[in-house]
Amino acid sequence: MELPDKLTILADAAKYDAACTSSGAKRGHRAGMIGCTSSSVMGCCHTFSADGRCVTLLKVLLSNDCCYDCKYCVNRRTNDTPRASFTPEELAELTIGFYRRNYIEGLFLSSAVLGSPDRTTELMIRALSLLRNEYRFNGYIHAKAIPGASRELITQLGLLADRLSVNIELPSEASLKSLAPNKTKKAILAPMRQIRDQAAESKAELVKYRSAPRFAPAGQSTQLIVGATGESDRHILNLTEALYGQYRLKRVFYSAYVPVAENTLLPSLDTKPPLLREHRLYQADWLLRFYGFRAEELLDESQPDFDPRLDPKCCWALRHPEFFPVEVNRADYEALLRVPGVGVVSAKRILVARRTGPLHADDLRKLGVVMKRAQYFLTCSGELATPLRLSCAGVAANLMAVERAALPPEQAEQLSLFDRVG
Amino acid sequence: MWQSVIYQYDGSFEGLLCCIFESYTKKERPTAIFCDEDALPCLFEIRMVPTVPEHAQRVERSLRKLSPTVMPFLRRVYLTCLPEREIAIYRFVVKLYREGAPYLTRLSDEDYQPLLRAVRHMSAEVEHLRGFVRFSIHDGILSATIDPKNRVLPMLRAHFCERCHDERFFIYDRTHREALLYADGRSRIVPLDDFEAAPPDAEETGYRQLWKRFYDTVAIKERINPKLRMTHMPKRYWRTMTEFQSENDTVSGDGSSRDGKIVFHAGGQNGSQHGTAPALAPPPA
Repeated sequence: MELPDKLTILADAAKYDAACTSSGAKRGHRAGMIGCTSSSVMGCCHTFSADGRCVTLLKVLLSNDCCYDCKYCVNRRTNDTPRASFTPEELAELTIGFYRRNYIEGLFLSSAVLGSPDRTTELMIRALSLLRNEYRFNGYIHAKAIPGASRELITQLGLLADRLSVNIELPSEASLKSLAPNKTKKAILAPMRQIRDQAAESKAELVKYRSAPRFAPAGQSTQLIVGATGESDRHILNLTEALYGQYRLKRVFYSAYVPVAENTLLPSLDTKPPLLREHRLYQADWLLRFYGFRAEELLDESQPDFDPRLDPKCCWALRHPEFFPVEVNRADYEALLRVPGVGVVSAKRILVARRTGPLHADDLRKLGVVMKRAQYFLTCSGELATPLRLSCAGVAANLMAVERAALPPEQAEQLSLFDRVG
Repeated sequence: MWQSVIYQYDGSFEGLLCCIFESYTKKERPTAIFCDEDALPCLFEIRMVPTVPEHAQRVERSLRKLSPTVMPFLRRVYLTCLPEREIAIYRFVVKLYREGAPYLTRLSDEDYQPLLRAVRHMSAEVEHLRGFVRFSIHDGILSATIDPKNRVLPMLRAHFCERCHDERFFIYDRTHREALLYADGRSRIVPLDDFEAAPPDAEETGYRQLWKRFYDTVAIKERINPKLRMTHMPKRYWRTMTEFQSENDTVSGDGSSRDGKIVFHAGGQNGSQHGTAPALAPPPA
């Protein structure tokens, strides 16, 4: 098979993986080696595909010849699809050729399970060590750890890669059992725990010896499929919080389920991917990581799913009128972060700018605060930013009107003169 | 007893600092400052301010005394595409002298905020271009063309020199007609009037096709979202990106030279830079 065709098959099979970041590793250039990762402390997007997703890494499978039969997956054994595998040389040359031309920041290598998890991991290790040692590649590598692979092999993989990830895929044990019969929760969590522990060990070693080997210096991430099974947003968000807390994950990715297979256990083939739900989960994910929110504050038993019409932060604010209004000139950083329309950057700017004098509503706009959201929740030196006093319902209606413009047309409710009267 | 005049300077950052010096020593307020190239005939008195290194250094020292961050900030503002940035910088400096270092925390001030916004605009462009620059490889030399709004080459320099440490490369800025050259651990930015890329060889064409194939494949068709893509990657960058060129286009440059070599035309005002081009030219076949 020709290389362009292989690339098409193996990139096509890998595209449903949401993780495409090159952040977190800082490694300068080394003599005789190609590239560095120091630029990518913040990550670096090299292009955006037609679906608007960032392309940072050459995201491919080593092979799509899978022996598993997960119902939701394009590469399942029983699917009639062309199969291909890269040789380690092909993969290395492709990576170097793309990297030198500044097309990519590095390689994202995943693979279907070829025979057994151990054999697959061995093949990945062989490909990556060729790339690192023979082709002298010093850029970013993200490798997938295959659940069920032995500890020693995962250790070797972690020493070659910058970031490792183990995909949880389905957010509960029951869903795994029905849709991915070859995977178990235990087999997925074991490598995650191992990666967490070894990365911590390696960090401790590095403090003592500068040349200690680095194990997955950019940490680990995972992915959850949203909308293939019936879990609520609350379930997913609690799981996310536990993964950040207990497993020290750098990122949890959500992937709206795109129907690729006909199965009675799955949504039908004409279902649209739940993109808005995915978007709301990402918004909540940011609130967990940067805004000091806890999962139980955002969703509880009475409200297990996000409101599609409003973002999670606005929803929280509307449920907690006692917290507002926040006084811009006095409130601390944590309180400012809770105001809809104020982000990490604008909150920090407020802290700096108010040192020399009181801030007014005009100043806030210049500092980057989104006033169309924030106006209902702020006071500047005791003065409300908006002259009107509105009820909670009034504020909610206004915020929804702001949000509606950004939503896809089918989500935005059609206003009618007649339906809603009375 | 401040009088209003118009200053003209040589277009260098030091020259601009000398304008500030001139204004304070002569006790006058310039209503506009412009550089030699865009001078226009007008009714006001136009004074040519000579660039004197000692004067520039005095201004620099006084600013550094106020805060160590001011000079790097002003150098960045100077590279932005802010309209009439010279007089904007001047007004900012005047206010800074008057109010002292605390002025630097007044982020929403009318003379400070536009500068911050311009620098942010430039930083975003630099961030974009780190990813969107596309090199072509001819005889082992990497070449790229960009057309940015701000003068980003000095800001991209450190990044690409580290990333392509063992390579030889140049990036041509079509808008500002200058090029960043790098070879053997040394880099320089030189004015360059025109640059024509050689037609791609078989290997280069092969990689371009592979990249296009990859780019077209990774999009999930159920999620196609042109608006989102355009938000993240505005269309003006597409002109120089491999994945948006048709098969027979060359990515960089408008024409193509026949003998397959890279051709340099050294900058008009600065003939002495001629010497750098051969250092990067490919060895004769």
